[in-house]
Amino acid sequence: MFCEKAIELIRELHRVSDGQLPAFNEDGLRQVLQEMEALYEQNQADVSEAKAAGRADLIPSIKLRHCCLLRNQRCVVAYLYDRLLRIRALRWEYGSVLPANVRFHMSAEEVQWFGQYKKSLASFMRSIGGQEGLDVTQDMKPPKSLYIQVRCLKDHGEFEIDDGTVILLKKNSQHFLPRWKCEQLIRQGVLEHVMS
Amino acid sequence: MSDALSEDGSDINQDDSEEDVMTPAELIAKLEQAWLNEKFSPELLENRSEVVECVMEQLTHMEANLQRVKKGDAKAGFHRMEIDRIRYVLSSYLRSRLQKIEKHFPHVLEREKSLVEGQPSLLSPEEFAFAKEYYTNTETYLKAVALKRMPPNLQAVDMLKAVPEPCLDSFVFLRVKKRQENILIEPETDEQRDFVVDLEEGSQHLMRYRIVAPLVSSGAVQLI
Repeated sequence: MFCEKAIELIRELHRVSDGQLPAFNEDGLRQVLQEMEALYEQNQADVSEAKAAGRADLIPSIKLRHCCLLRNQRCVVAYLYDRLLRIRALRWEYGSVLPANVRFHMSAEEVQWFGQYKKSLASFMRSIGGQEGLDVTQDMKPPKSLYIQVRCLKDHGEFEIDDGTVILLKKNSQHFLPRWKCEQLIRQGVLEHVMS
Repeated sequence: MSDALSEDGSDINQDDSEEDVMTPAELIAKLEQAWLNEKFSPELLENRSEVVECVMEQLTHMEANLQRVKKGDAKAGFHRMEIDRIRYVLSSYLRSRLQKIEKHFPHVLEREKSLVEGQPSLLSPEEFAFAKEYYTNTETYLKAVALKRMPPNLQAVDMLKAVPEPCLDSFVFLRVKKRQENILIEPETDEQRDFVVDLEEGSQHLMRYRIVAPLVSSGAVQLI
């Protein structure tokens, strides 16, 4: 049946739990494009035949193939666009450097799209106010307390806080640090908020 | 407001292009109103870049004042919290806007393009640049990866049709700031008939956004 492969692409994304990015299905995409090429050529042939030999009986199949072509186009674009939305969410979740296992699932063009997106975003953020701008990917939650207890999950080296003190972030060490300095490190998985 | 602000209250508003000089408290109240409206409205609202700029200046002043406070002084903690709270509201406001711009990008650009001379801009110049870049980036990607490999008559996608429009019929909670008379409520279904309501000052309602959209932009109601 026509459009089966295209629906499979959609189902693949639907199956993966919210936000996760499965590997780019290069093969699946190619198969849909091939089906589209075949349908189009058949239609080209039938259209000429219908015109030349007055074969109006070919028209229903021409229409059917055209609908399938539109369906395939719509499914492919939906598949690609939904992936872009998931990739966009990654910028907000992980910051501008994506974890290797995620990048592995992205096609070269997706990596390029991501690069362009974070450049646009950075430009926009820098332009806020009049001076150095504002990082709107920070402050994702309303501030509840000034300082928080954090545990270091991996070695991260030296970390400087506002009053000049330098902290050594060694695995398993615990610190009492200003919340706003830790946000990004918490999201990256370097620190863990300890709630006692 | 705190001590840290009142010392510099006069400086902040001097280079304001607005005629009314706002106190810091009024400025933050305006920011919060814009933030709530933007958060709860299904469509992108008019840009408030003057408020954004003033708040950024405010934050810079507050940070500078904080540096001057003696270390270990209990006040420093409160000032810090206040700065963080304001920065959170401002970030959240800008994020709401960015999310809507991205979600409805062809429609947002179309609305901006079809503005009549004299009508206020929906997008700030920077947001406009961001929206255009987002559009171009996405269109280029789709073309390169799929569209140009499709049959000749299927190589374009109408973005305005492909990307959904904001749903203006979503319901919103609102509080009435200025009494409104004779608001026409159009029927949702064929069985209903349209009717007219008066909105009393201070009252709260749950209505379709489409009906109150002009009232939100004029400031007559506040979304909550």
